[in-house]
Amino acid sequence: MILAKIVGTVIATRKDERLVGSKLLIAQPIDPYGNAHGHHLVAIDTVDAGFGETVLIVSGSSARMAADLKNRPVDAAVVGIVDAIDVVEPSRAIKDS
Amino acid sequence: MQLARVIGNVVATQKDSNLSGLKLLILEPLTPERQPAGRCLVAVDSVGAGVGEEVFFVRGREASLPFLPAKVPTDANVVGITDHWSVDRSARGIIFAPET
Repeated sequence: MILAKIVGTVIATRKDERLVGSKLLIAQPIDPYGNAHGHHLVAIDTVDAGFGETVLIVSGSSARMAADLKNRPVDAAVVGIVDAIDVVEPSRAIKDS
Repeated sequence: MQLARVIGNVVATQKDSNLSGLKLLILEPLTPERQPAGRCLVAVDSVGAGVGEEVFFVRGREASLPFLPAKVPTDANVVGITDHWSVDRSARGIIFAPET
């Protein structure tokens, strides 16, 4: 799973019928320190996440394990809203730089 | 599977119901030489790992298999805590090197 910040929503009238009724969010992946890291992605929302919130996104076929996503054409799903990120041991990549 | 170090925790109250009760760990993937190997990620824990420990984790759909029949939506799962590992230095970078 990756950490991401919700930065927008997607509206699509014409889409696969199995996606009708699902909320599509634009998420910016972040590292544990809150810095943007990597490309934006579109994810299906299963936990009522909103703009500006930090979330957990599960990707790949595991995304379909999230609630009500069975047999839907989905490869990224928001499965949790993050309350706190607690980095106890600093990342070695940051320690070295 | 990949080696990693546990560097922190994530707390999430509102989450998929099949994730409740599971510990969420922040992992930093490692090379066998203990250098960072790629971006940090969040994984569920099925072996009781904690911060500071070196572990190995599985990615992809297989990450949710240890919890069956529960359908846990996760793509990364800590499946072992390493006691130690060793790499034969003479093997490193030589096996695939072109012959000169």
